[in-house]
Amino acid sequence: MNIVVLIKQVPDTWSERKLSDGDKTLDRASSDAVLDEINERAVEEALKIKEAGDAEVTILTAGPDRATDAIRKALSMGADKAVHVNDEAIHGSDAIATAKVLAKAIGTVGDVDLVLAGNEATDGRSGAMAGMLGELLGWPSLTHANELTVENGTAKAKRETDEGTSDLEASLPAVVSVGEKINEPRYPSFKGIMAAKKKPVTTLGIADLGLDASEVGLAGSLVQVDSFAPRPPKSGGQKVEDEGDGGAKIAEYLVGQKLI
Amino acid sequence: MRAGRVRRVTATLQTRPWDTEERRELRALVRRFTEREVVPSLPEWEDAGALPRELHRRAGELGLLALGFPEAAGGEGGHLDSATVTEELILAGGSSGLVAGLFTHGIAAPHIALHGSPELVDRFVRPTLRGELIGSLGITEPGTGSDVAAITTRAVRDGDDYVVTGAKTFITSGTRADFVTTAVRTGGPGHRGVSLLVIETDRPGVHRTALRKMGWHCSDTATISLDEVRVPASNLVGPEGSGFRQIMERFGSERLSLAVQASATAQRCVELTIAWARQRETFGAPLATRQVVRHRIAQMARRATVARTYVRDVFLRWEAGGEVVTELAMAKNQAVEACDWVVDQAVQLHGGAGYLHGVEVERHYRDARILGIGGGTNEIMDEVIASRLGLDG
Ligand SMILES: Cc1cc2nc3c(=O)[nH]c(=O)nc-3n(C[C@H](O)[C@H](O)[C@H](O)COP(=O)(O)OP(=O)(O)OC[C@H]3O[C@@H](n4cnc5c(N)ncnc54)[C@H](O)[C@@H]3O)c2cc1C
Ligand SMILES: Cc1cc2nc3c(=O)[nH]c(=O)nc-3n(C[C@H](O)[C@H](O)[C@H](O)COP(=O)(O)OP(=O)(O)OC[C@H]3O[C@@H](n4cnc5c(N)ncnc54)[C@H](O)[C@@H]3O)c2cc1C
Repeated sequence: MNIVVLIKQVPDTWSERKLSDGDKTLDRASSDAVLDEINERAVEEALKIKEAGDAEVTILTAGPDRATDAIRKALSMGADKAVHVNDEAIHGSDAIATAKVLAKAIGTVGDVDLVLAGNEATDGRSGAMAGMLGELLGWPSLTHANELTVENGTAKAKRETDEGTSDLEASLPAVVSVGEKINEPRYPSFKGIMAAKKKPVTTLGIADLGLDASEVGLAGSLVQVDSFAPRPPKSGGQKVEDEGDGGAKIAEYLVGQKLI
Repeated sequence: MRAGRVRRVTATLQTRPWDTEERRELRALVRRFTEREVVPSLPEWEDAGALPRELHRRAGELGLLALGFPEAAGGEGGHLDSATVTEELILAGGSSGLVAGLFTHGIAAPHIALHGSPELVDRFVRPTLRGELIGSLGITEPGTGSDVAAITTRAVRDGDDYVVTGAKTFITSGTRADFVTTAVRTGGPGHRGVSLLVIETDRPGVHRTALRKMGWHCSDTATISLDEVRVPASNLVGPEGSGFRQIMERFGSERLSLAVQASATAQRCVELTIAWARQRETFGAPLATRQVVRHRIAQMARRATVARTYVRDVFLRWEAGGEVVTELAMAKNQAVEACDWVVDQAVQLHGGAGYLHGVEVERHYRDARILGIGGGTNEIMDEVIASRLGLDG
């Protein structure tokens, strides 16, 4: 089986995140960059499939030079090889343009059976990639999977919603996006870190994908961020004076908010 | 779930070879391990007075325990990797006590790895590096500490065995240890009579009692009495009489490890204090705006940075095989001095909170005190330095 895992390097949610004033894209230099945790779960899921049977796991990312750190992280967890689409022209791509790039890049990997992605990146948060890729590749797309089994050419996924659980099933090849609850990703071991250095990483530009600069980046995007404003600071909240009945008052408030 | 995270002050962190891609990833791995699997439980382990065995298995699984050991003995990576782990464990919210308890094998197992028979390596070193066994180093005795050559625990040859009688004290991880690499007297007085013998703690005649300490609460410490303990002669590490030399051989790495712990503890306390000073308001303004506080933190940062820079420099020269006995002693004392001052200031600037259990600087304050006592006291380090300054005759 041939699995491609889509990973994205994102600003650490713990560090200060900024958009650049100039072109209103993410200011990636201003914050620590990490492999998005949801993508670690996608990698973990691929590795589980690999360990249960026989699979080759390819990591794919579209991102700048320093995305190599995220790639190496995924390789050190145990993936086999990687494709890094790195091209100035991609900067500022919207979700559709990104999906175009990724779809073409998936095509370079060979006969792919399964594409795994996160359900939503912590920075862009469009939550659209798996759906868009399904459309572009002409494959079924199972999104928000909190459980996944792949056998005999089919993928079965469970999706939990507020209302209940949906059981989804599709024949391969398919795109699956994973949710927070699907697994607990492993850490790379020291051995894994050292082994990752020797694993092959193919770097491609958009020309290698048969794309033209006008089809991607800010130029090729339907959506552009126009303006932005920081979230207003949190207001003071509600103070409860404790006159011996503080506990009861807090409980009252929580009941009022339907929280308890 | 990001308990213990503070902003990093990275001034001298990002220098090669401490900051290669692999070491950055190793740091990330250790940071994650520490934040998720250590920090939430550290208070509980401190109360219990010991680390759980499961933590050793986890660290072994991740390959952290094998670093700095020769591949032939199941090790991987180098001393720089192991120092990176030590530093990061502390910078990510762990403590020197954690390092002492989880990495006791760093002082207990190297002699076996380097001078032990293949059988001893298989029985003790490999499983320890996998986190399946816990080892201790037993040198100090109730009657002697700094003066290693004066140990009195006797091992008398009887057929294929040694019969060991004596007592060891202040033994880190001693209450949990499966084996103790023990300094025993097999010959006459003085350093030539000292040998190293691996003693399994389940042998009849081994009795252990836990000691309570000022700090390093998560690291158990024991007095171990040895009452006619029969140990096969094949447990001898290297030839008879080579014990003192083997111990001296290891002092370099132990001193450096303690120096790294001290400089990392200082650095961590600088970072904790910056976070605190930005957030804590008095008289209507954050502490960080007061010149006295700002300058104090500047001094803390300077001392921590200078210590770390020097320790790292000596570390590299030591790893390259340089003759750095004097510098090792200087590095340890310099780092300990910086650490002692910085933890004290950190507690001071935290005010009442700094004196409370559960506030991290309080733990560092307690834990730091041992760093100038263990692995060669400040005074012994000064003596090492003095003896090489040409003061004699
Ligand atoms: C603040 C902000 C607002 C934005 N708003 C919009 C908008 O309204 N409309 C729009 O079209 N674009 C928008 N974008 C751009 C969009 O985020 C990017 O195009 C991004 O590359 C793809 O979208 P996403 O990160 O939201 O992906 P999501 O669909 O949220 O990501 C899901 C998964 O897809 C995979 N994936 C995503 N990006 C990559 C990649 N580069 N390489 C490999 N795998 C990847 C990962 O597995 C990821 O977990 C915005 C960006 C920012 C920073
Ligand atoms: C928490 C903890 C963990 C430890 N773990 C271990 C372990 O795992 N294994 C182990 O073998 N030991 C261990 N030790 C023991 C430690 O190595 C000794 O405590 C240390 O070497 C000092 O020895 P001592 O306590 O006998 O002090 P002493 O040697 O009695 O020294 C007392 C004081 O006199 C000073 N002094 C001694 N000689 C001189 C001199 N010639 N000139 C000037 N001043 C001098 C010392 O610096 C010190 O200030 C541990 C100790 C502690 C507290």
